[in-house]
Amino acid sequence: MDDLQDLYQQLILDHNKSPRNLGKLEDYNRQAQGYNPLCGDKLQVFLHVEDGIVKDISFEGSGCAISTASASLMTQSVKGKTVEQARATFESFHQMLTEDSDNESDESALGKLVVFSGVCKYPARVKCATLAWHTVNAALSDSVKPVSTE
Amino acid sequence: MVTAAMKQVKMKTASPASSLDPYRIKQDFPVLQQQSNGRPLVYLDSANTSQKPQCVIDAINKFYAHDNANIHRGVYDLSIRATKAYENARGTIAKFVGASRPEEIIFVRGTTEAINLVAQTFVRNRVGQGDEILVTAMEHHSNIVPWQIVCQQTGAVLKVAPINDAGEIILDAYREKLTAKTKFVAMTHVSNALGTVNPIAKMIELAHEKDIPVLVDGAQAAPHIPINVSELGCDFYTVSSHKMFGPTGVGALYGRLDLLNAMPPYQGGGDMILSVTFEHTTYNEVPYKFEAGTPHIAGAIGFAAAAQYILDIGFDKLIAYEHELLDYATKSLATIPEVRMIGTAAEKVSVLSFVLDGVHPHDVGTILDQQGIAIRTGHHCAQPIMDRFDVPATIRASLAIYNTKEDIDALAASLKNVMEVFR
Repeated sequence: MDDLQDLYQQLILDHNKSPRNLGKLEDYNRQAQGYNPLCGDKLQVFLHVEDGIVKDISFEGSGCAISTASASLMTQSVKGKTVEQARATFESFHQMLTEDSDNESDESALGKLVVFSGVCKYPARVKCATLAWHTVNAALSDSVKPVSTE
Repeated sequence: MVTAAMKQVKMKTASPASSLDPYRIKQDFPVLQQQSNGRPLVYLDSANTSQKPQCVIDAINKFYAHDNANIHRGVYDLSIRATKAYENARGTIAKFVGASRPEEIIFVRGTTEAINLVAQTFVRNRVGQGDEILVTAMEHHSNIVPWQIVCQQTGAVLKVAPINDAGEIILDAYREKLTAKTKFVAMTHVSNALGTVNPIAKMIELAHEKDIPVLVDGAQAAPHIPINVSELGCDFYTVSSHKMFGPTGVGALYGRLDLLNAMPPYQGGGDMILSVTFEHTTYNEVPYKFEAGTPHIAGAIGFAAAAQYILDIGFDKLIAYEHELLDYATKSLATIPEVRMIGTAAEKVSVLSFVLDGVHPHDVGTILDQQGIAIRTGHHCAQPIMDRFDVPATIRASLAIYNTKEDIDALAASLKNVMEVFR
C-alpha cells in the first residue's frame, strides 16, 4: 500500500472528488479537446487569454482520478501565468513523468504538481496525468484539432 | 489493509458436488505459479487471453525440437512427420467444434482473420447497394469493423439487433431485423464484455428460415461451452486458439464444405495452388486454397493440444465448476454495495463485468495490480456496449478453470480496499 499511497496522495484524491475550475468558461477565446483512447478519458479545456496572460481557465470532461486531479491542478497552476510560463510548466511536468531525472530545480518550479511524481512508476498511467497538459498546450497554440495521447 | 482483510478470508475448497479440482488444474499452468507485486498472481483476464498449460507448451517444444520441417512439400521423413502432425491438429479441431470433415477447418491467425476472410471472400460478392448485413449490439470490434469495410466496398448497410438491460438479445427485434434485404448475419456466441450466451441455435434457425447464411464468432465460447457446428447448422464458425489455452497467432474458421468450395481464395501464395504458370494458376482444393504460405505449424499443433486438454477434462465437469465459480463470484461481488454489474443475462459464462460507484475502472485496475490481481479495465474492444450501458469503461473479471474461490476472495477484499482509498 505504500506504493499506492505514493500514487493516490490525499491531494490527488481531493482534487478528484472536488475538481477546481470545472465547467465551461463563458468568455473563453481558446479551447482544445483531449482524448485518451486507452481508457476513454475525454477532456475539454477553455481559456481566456488576454495580453499573453491566461486570465481564466476551466475544464470539462470525465476520466479516472489521476486524469481528473491532473486537470484540476493544471488549471490552478496555469491561471495567471503568461503563455510562455504555462508552456514551460508543461515541459517540466512532462519531463518529471517521462524522464528518469532527479532534476530538483525543475520540480521546485512545479509546486503542488510534484504530487504526480509517483505516476512515473506506473507507465500505464502516465498518459492519464499528462492528458490535461497536452490539451492545454494545444489550446495555448490555439489548435483546432483534438489532441490524442496516442 | 489487505493483509487484515485477507486474514478474515477463510480457505475454501471446491464443493464435493464438483468433480473438477481447480487446484490440480492450476498446477498445469506454469505462469500461475508466480508472484506479482509481492503477492501470488491472481489472473482474472482469461477472456482477454488465457494462460497455457504445460502440455501445450510441451507440444510446441516437441515440434520444434523433434519434428520441425515445412509441410505438404518434402518427401523426407521429417516433412512427412510435420505434415502429419499439422493435419492431425486439423482433425482435432474438427472434432472440437463438431465438424463432420477436417477439410471444413481452415487454420487462420485467429477469429479476426477468420471473420475478415468470410467478409471478403463470401459476403463481399453477395451484397450490393442497399443490402443489409445484420450483427448484434454485443459484438466485439472484430465482428463489426470487417462488415463496415464490406459495406464501404459495396454500398451495403450494417444493421444491429438490439439487446435488453440485462445484456440479452431481444429475439423479437432480431426476427424483425431479418428482412428481404438481409444477406448475411454475423453474431457472437458469447459476449466478451458481458458474458452473455446467445441463443444461437434459435437465431440460426430464424435466419435460415429466410435463407440467410450465418457466421458465429465463437472466440469466447470455446473455452466454456461445447460447440457442435453440425448440430447448430451454422454456415461459418470461428475460434481463436489463445482464448482456449492455446498459443497466440492461430485460430480456426469452420465453413460448410459446399460454401468453401464455391469461395475464391483469400490470399495468393504458396501452398494454395495446384499449378502456376504466368498465364494461369489452378487453385488447390479446400482447405489448402485458403492457407497461402507456410502456416503457423507449431501453433496449430499447440492449438490442438489445447483443444484436447479441454476435451480430456470434459465439458460436463468444466461447466459444472465454472457455474459454481460464477455463482460464488456473483454473490461475493454483491456484498460490495458500490458494485454495479453490467451484464446480468440468465445464460452467462464466467465473465463478470462491473463498475464501482465513484471510482473510475482505470484506478481500480491499478490498485488491484498492486495487490497481484490482473484484471481488465476498459472498453474490452466493445465500445458500442459501453455506450449501450452508458459507462466509459468497465472492470472485467473473466474466470477460467484454473481460477479458485480464493482468487474471488482476493478480488473482493481488494475491491473493498479500493473503496477505502477512495472513501
